[in-house]
Amino acid sequence: MNKVIEVENLTRTFGHFKAVDNISFNVEKGEIFGFLGANGAGKTTAIKMLTGILEPTSGKGKVAGFDIITERNKLKYKIGYMSQKFSLYEDLTLKENIGFYGGIYGLRKREIAERTKKMIARLQLGDIENTLIAEIPLGWKQKIAFSVATLHHPDIVFLDEPTSGVDPITRRQFWDLIYQAADEGITVFVTTHYMDEAEYCDRISMMVRGKIAAMGTLDELLHKHAAKDMDEVFLKLARQ
Amino acid sequence: MRTFLAFIKKEFKHIFRDKRTLLILFGMPIIQVLLFGFAITTEIKDGKMAILDLAKNRMSQQYISKITSSGYFILKENLKNYSEIEKSFKRGSIKIALVIPEKFAENLGNTNSSVVQVIADASDPNMATMLTSYLSGITNSFAIEKRLVPEVPIKIESKMLYNPENKSVFMFVPGVMTIILMLVSAMMTSITVAREKEIGTMEILLVSPLKPAIIIIGKVLPYLVLSLINAFTILMLGFLVFGMPMEGSRILLFLEILLFIVTSLSLGILISTIAQSQQTAMMMSLMGLMLPTILLSGFIFPIESMPRILQILSNVIPAKWFIIIIKSIMLKGVGIRVVWKETLILAGTSLLFILMTIKKFKIRME
Amino acid sequence: MHLQMIEIKNISKSYSEIKALDNIALHIEEGKLFGLIGPDGAGKTTLFRILTTLLIPDRGTATLMNLDTVTDYKKIRRQIGYMPGRFSLYSDLSVQENLEFFAQVFNTTIESNFEMIRDIYVLLEPFKKRKARDLSGGMKQKLALCCALIHKPKILFLDEPTFGVDPVSRKEFWDNLKKLQKTDNITTVVSTPYMDEAALCDEVALIQKGKILAVDTPGNISKKFSHKLFEVKTNNNYKTLLFLRKMDRIHSAFMFGNSIHLTLNNANEVTGLTTELTANNFEFSIKNIEPNIEDTFMELMQKE
Repeated sequence: MNKVIEVENLTRTFGHFKAVDNISFNVEKGEIFGFLGANGAGKTTAIKMLTGILEPTSGKGKVAGFDIITERNKLKYKIGYMSQKFSLYEDLTLKENIGFYGGIYGLRKREIAERTKKMIARLQLGDIENTLIAEIPLGWKQKIAFSVATLHHPDIVFLDEPTSGVDPITRRQFWDLIYQAADEGITVFVTTHYMDEAEYCDRISMMVRGKIAAMGTLDELLHKHAAKDMDEVFLKLARQ
Repeated sequence: MRTFLAFIKKEFKHIFRDKRTLLILFGMPIIQVLLFGFAITTEIKDGKMAILDLAKNRMSQQYISKITSSGYFILKENLKNYSEIEKSFKRGSIKIALVIPEKFAENLGNTNSSVVQVIADASDPNMATMLTSYLSGITNSFAIEKRLVPEVPIKIESKMLYNPENKSVFMFVPGVMTIILMLVSAMMTSITVAREKEIGTMEILLVSPLKPAIIIIGKVLPYLVLSLINAFTILMLGFLVFGMPMEGSRILLFLEILLFIVTSLSLGILISTIAQSQQTAMMMSLMGLMLPTILLSGFIFPIESMPRILQILSNVIPAKWFIIIIKSIMLKGVGIRVVWKETLILAGTSLLFILMTIKKFKIRME
Repeated sequence: MHLQMIEIKNISKSYSEIKALDNIALHIEEGKLFGLIGPDGAGKTTLFRILTTLLIPDRGTATLMNLDTVTDYKKIRRQIGYMPGRFSLYSDLSVQENLEFFAQVFNTTIESNFEMIRDIYVLLEPFKKRKARDLSGGMKQKLALCCALIHKPKILFLDEPTFGVDPVSRKEFWDNLKKLQKTDNITTVVSTPYMDEAALCDEVALIQKGKILAVDTPGNISKKFSHKLFEVKTNNNYKTLLFLRKMDRIHSAFMFGNSIHLTLNNANEVTGLTTELTANNFEFSIKNIEPNIEDTFMELMQKE
């Protein structure tokens, strides 16, 4: 099997505080990997290291085959990133946004046009290419943001609470996109506070105070912690 | 009252915990004053000069040594003929060239003919004008020394007034004070109110039984105190470092400064009723207040030499009136009888701003 | 008979073109924990701002304790506690300083109403010298709640207090609310985008695009679900879901955690469904279940 993320003994400290404390794990190609944890458990710090924004204090890691310390510039072409805060430019049209992000990743005009067409068809959005993002409903924006984040066909896409505050139907439509991306071989690395969403993942890891307290498939976790759902697992682990 | 004190206390905590605010409040006035005082002085020293001495006698030697010992000029080259003058200029090695004619001694006694020829590099017009006027000053006093000229010609004396040494210092202390007070009072207050709107605490304050007047005065009072401290610092620097005179009444000066701070604060609060974010508040204060204040108050560019339309426009700039008041009190030593008109304008403006604020302040959101 | 604390009559509010609230009517009884459930942009915050006297509605009226939100706003402001959406504390002040300040704003002291916040405050006490910006998400919410409670309000408005907060902190927060309701009989209106939190309220209103979809107790809301609901568990949910969506007899099919919730156009067709799934080599189990609030919300949403 093809490993998209390989992390060994990754640690990051801020002063005396160990934000991420010696974590090791692998994520396989095409996997949907749920990255859970309470606020302040170290999720954001870990994601920053995996995306090459933050240098680890010790340990090593490879993402999409590139070293997260020495090859971070190459790495950035192979990953996509979307957070609840990161959105598209409100004062640009959809087409202009796509043109901009496509340009960042060095896509040719023809490629951008082709992929835009495909994306709009897939999202069934109709004729909105020249609409300002500000005028597009919130639920659609999230889906568009995801599609833009995967426009350059990255090996892996990092999603940081992508569905916060979104209505239940749109949330599920969003997960359809995630499944489609995984089907096409894109690895999905996702954080969420919705425990039902955690259950959609192929594998789930749970961070507590900088360490990975549990990792496995849903069934494995439920079995191990004698819980009926992820909510219960989460509460049990976080309160240890 | 207890509520009010709590509010004031909180405001001071915000100020003292934010390094950027502190820097603007206390670092900026000092830096600005020193910057204007030393770096941006309009006085010139060591002007590079070349001399073509065609007279080559004792008189011309004495003249040259007087020039070089003045401290304003440094003799870079002794030229041999006219053609070398332009070469030196093109090389950029000199800023001014002086030609002493053969009949130098004779001409010196005769006011109708030109004594020497001065050629200046006008690509830097300020420098050229100034060096030229220094040189005529020196020439003139040289002539007097040698008792060749009975009276000091008025023409040259008027050029000596151009000597910027005194004027720039006396100009920038009131100017910097005006700008700092405007910045601290108007910009900082509008930003701090906008900040509460941004982080959402304004919602809580509005929903609480706090009266709008308490919120406004609570926001304003700390900055009033800080502005006064600033004004004091700037004046002290002016007196101690640059020897600024203080001819008029100190109490009157204090009251006028207080009045201008109130004007600026009311302007700041007015801005904050409109601006919803810190960024907007900042832009409005900078673009709408600071630039016109700097450009139209007469601080840097004399109002008299502006186009008529800008002269009229400058009348709505409170800073213009404040600078007039300050200079009158500090330099001329006049009392309220002379500056009552300007004082009244400032007071009226403040009242207008306060009334507008009361009308615009929203007890609700939009 | 319970006292009416909040009466909302036919309120509408628009921002330029967008209708934020469209003819809303609600009444909330004293001592109730009332939930306003809906996604971002549903109009929850606008409704909160109208109730807390911060906004004037275009049409309709709202009264709190028989006081009109527009004309009697001063009296209302003295008796309500409000926690606006997202983080709204002074981040450069410490826990203690924030609390003191808000107590003084309402002309009271921490000590005089300490009973009210004791349970929450003990959790915050170890960090009382810490600046609010350095608190974790859950702690921030607790501090904000303390600040909103410090003057012993009769009605408490909490706008998305648990947004972006992890499940543990959320659970603690709701435990606190429940306790407050029991000991102090405070009427609480709380909004949330998390459907699972609806079950913790006495009564909920489902809101979407400025309209109220339903108002009732959490138990009764689920009864508004008009179909028989089935839960399907398989070894590959996504594949199954794609297959199910293509079938004519399926009315709706959605993922719910590790299972699929589905409704049929005709509930009797369940045998046909099992046969078809078996014929296509799906390993699955199917059973009839009670709908939850999220099921109901989604159905009502689609009817709109």
